[in-house]
Amino acid sequence: MGILEVKNVGKRFGGLQALSDVNLSVRENSVHAIIGPNGAGKSTLLNCLVGKLIPDTGSVMFDGQSVLGRAPYEINQMGISRVFQTPEIFGDLTVLENMMIPCFAKRDGAFELNAISAIPAQRDIMEQAEHMLEDMNMADKRHMHAAAMSRGDKRRLEIGMCLSQQPRLLLLDEPTAGMARADTNNTIDLLKQISDERDITIAIIEHDMHVVFSLADRITVLAQGTPLVEDDPQNIKGNPKVREAYLGESA
Amino acid sequence: MFKLEKTDQTLLIVVGILTLFAPFILNPFPEGSAMAQFNAGYPDLMQRFVIFGIFAIGFNILFGLTGYLSFGHAAFLGVGSYAAVWMFKLLSMNVIPAIILSVVVAGLFSLLIGFISLRRSGIYFSILTLAFAQMMFALAYSVLTPITGGETGLQLALDDPRIFGASQTPEGNIPVPGLFGLEMRDSFDLVMGSWVFTFNIGYYFCAMVMIASFYLAIRIFRSPFGLMLRAVKSNQQRMNYTGLNTRPYTLAAFVISGMYAGLAGGLMASMDPLAGAERMQWTASGEVVLMTILGGAGTLIGPVLGAGFIKYFENIFSKINSTILHEWFAFLPDGLEDFIVAILYPFIGKGWHLTLGILFMMVVIFLPGGLVEGGQRIRSWLQKRKSEKNTPNGSTEPAE
Repeated sequence: MGILEVKNVGKRFGGLQALSDVNLSVRENSVHAIIGPNGAGKSTLLNCLVGKLIPDTGSVMFDGQSVLGRAPYEINQMGISRVFQTPEIFGDLTVLENMMIPCFAKRDGAFELNAISAIPAQRDIMEQAEHMLEDMNMADKRHMHAAAMSRGDKRRLEIGMCLSQQPRLLLLDEPTAGMARADTNNTIDLLKQISDERDITIAIIEHDMHVVFSLADRITVLAQGTPLVEDDPQNIKGNPKVREAYLGESA
Repeated sequence: MFKLEKTDQTLLIVVGILTLFAPFILNPFPEGSAMAQFNAGYPDLMQRFVIFGIFAIGFNILFGLTGYLSFGHAAFLGVGSYAAVWMFKLLSMNVIPAIILSVVVAGLFSLLIGFISLRRSGIYFSILTLAFAQMMFALAYSVLTPITGGETGLQLALDDPRIFGASQTPEGNIPVPGLFGLEMRDSFDLVMGSWVFTFNIGYYFCAMVMIASFYLAIRIFRSPFGLMLRAVKSNQQRMNYTGLNTRPYTLAAFVISGMYAGLAGGLMASMDPLAGAERMQWTASGEVVLMTILGGAGTLIGPVLGAGFIKYFENIFSKINSTILHEWFAFLPDGLEDFIVAILYPFIGKGWHLTLGILFMMVVIFLPGGLVEGGQRIRSWLQKRKSEKNTPNGSTEPAE
């Protein structure tokens, strides 16, 4: 029984069957990659997991509880954090403030009317945020406007923000899309470090095979909205079905 | 002191000093001189400066922090005024219960309107608030005449019950609003040479309330709640995926700013105990938007500056007429004098809106951060000039 269990999930947009009969089981403390060609339904599946979309059929269980019908913030409070394809951070705020917000969310829940106390008086939050910035090697950027940073740094900050909530499952949507090789390798190293050092499960959607094979313990291949195979990385590489889905029949 | 950061503390003290000494600061020209018409130190206008300052401070908590642009905030001000006047009619002429009720009633109205309007964001939110405000205006103007007094407005009468006060004064007049014996309209004139400075109890009462409101706004800006509101403005998507529910945050901001508006409305009624529907009209809602943007949305002091600026224009520029213009330019040859007066005439008197409009456009185009940004630019320019001056002497100081 995995920490995330997806059963028979289907989603239709008008005439397009984006997902049909998707079954997926993510084991606790593993790195699970979901790959597939464009339009395979990877992002739709991810959106079904975080509450952005509600599947037409099937069930999504996280740690024995259904996530269906819950709002994104509720699912996040259950312990699922999401990293977006283009880094979603608070561009108008400083790096330190960015890091403090998830710490507040973790401590105070979805809403807290804490309107009179000063921020520096929240010592535990300040400490946590500073600590996470050091972990992410960003302590020197703490007073920078988040929007002014490079894309690689924004990604790093976003991952740090997700981690400071101590999630049990971290979802990454093409975390290296549009990155230079060096940034990509840095991100791979960071994710490896995270999965080694922390008690965390990672599910990653990725296009870049280099990233997938350097990180994943388990791979699910999606094609045309259904899972083609789910297997260990070494078996995926040689699988003829996967080659066909990616490269067309002639290959 | 006051549990504030150093810069905020300085700002609060500066605002405090400026408001307390406003009767001097706003009356720089001696009585009877040609410039005396630019004096703004009379009670009625000074009260309006601080009351609209409170209104704009509250509006800025919503618009400046969360970015939600409400086009209906005057409705809460109007509701606050009605509540205060009803308190004067039914309870007593003490301003404290009146102001408390106006804040509470405005809070309840903003809770209801905010709850519905905040289901949408951006332009749709603005339109919803505008629609609500116009509905409330229409109700107040005609349908609810028994409660609001309709077109004539809600006024005090000699036969009002006033259960904790007197319906009439011994002389048979309507009593005036006061604070435990201090009458709001009472003033004291200080004559110094040819200068006359007026100290009005109502103004000082409003000024105290404004300083308290300003202090509260600073605390909100610097609190975790304020941080969350800025986060709402910056990226709602990230908020939602960080386990934070944006709806109660925006609703709380909306209600707080609605209560500020109610407070302003209550004070307005306390200074002059009548309330009319025109206070709720959309132009009044637009005015507070202008004040906030003109001064600098999202800054602490900006809205107060903007409110002062607009109220000054409204009351001072609108009083200049063509006779005064002719006096000013009397030294010029006749033809030229008439020509210049003809050019300037559309911008003064009833045309003050034109001047304000041009100023507003210039601020938005050249100083998107409002008057506050203007101040910051001047300051950094002065600092640059100072350091340039120092350089040739070889006395450059290392930065920090």
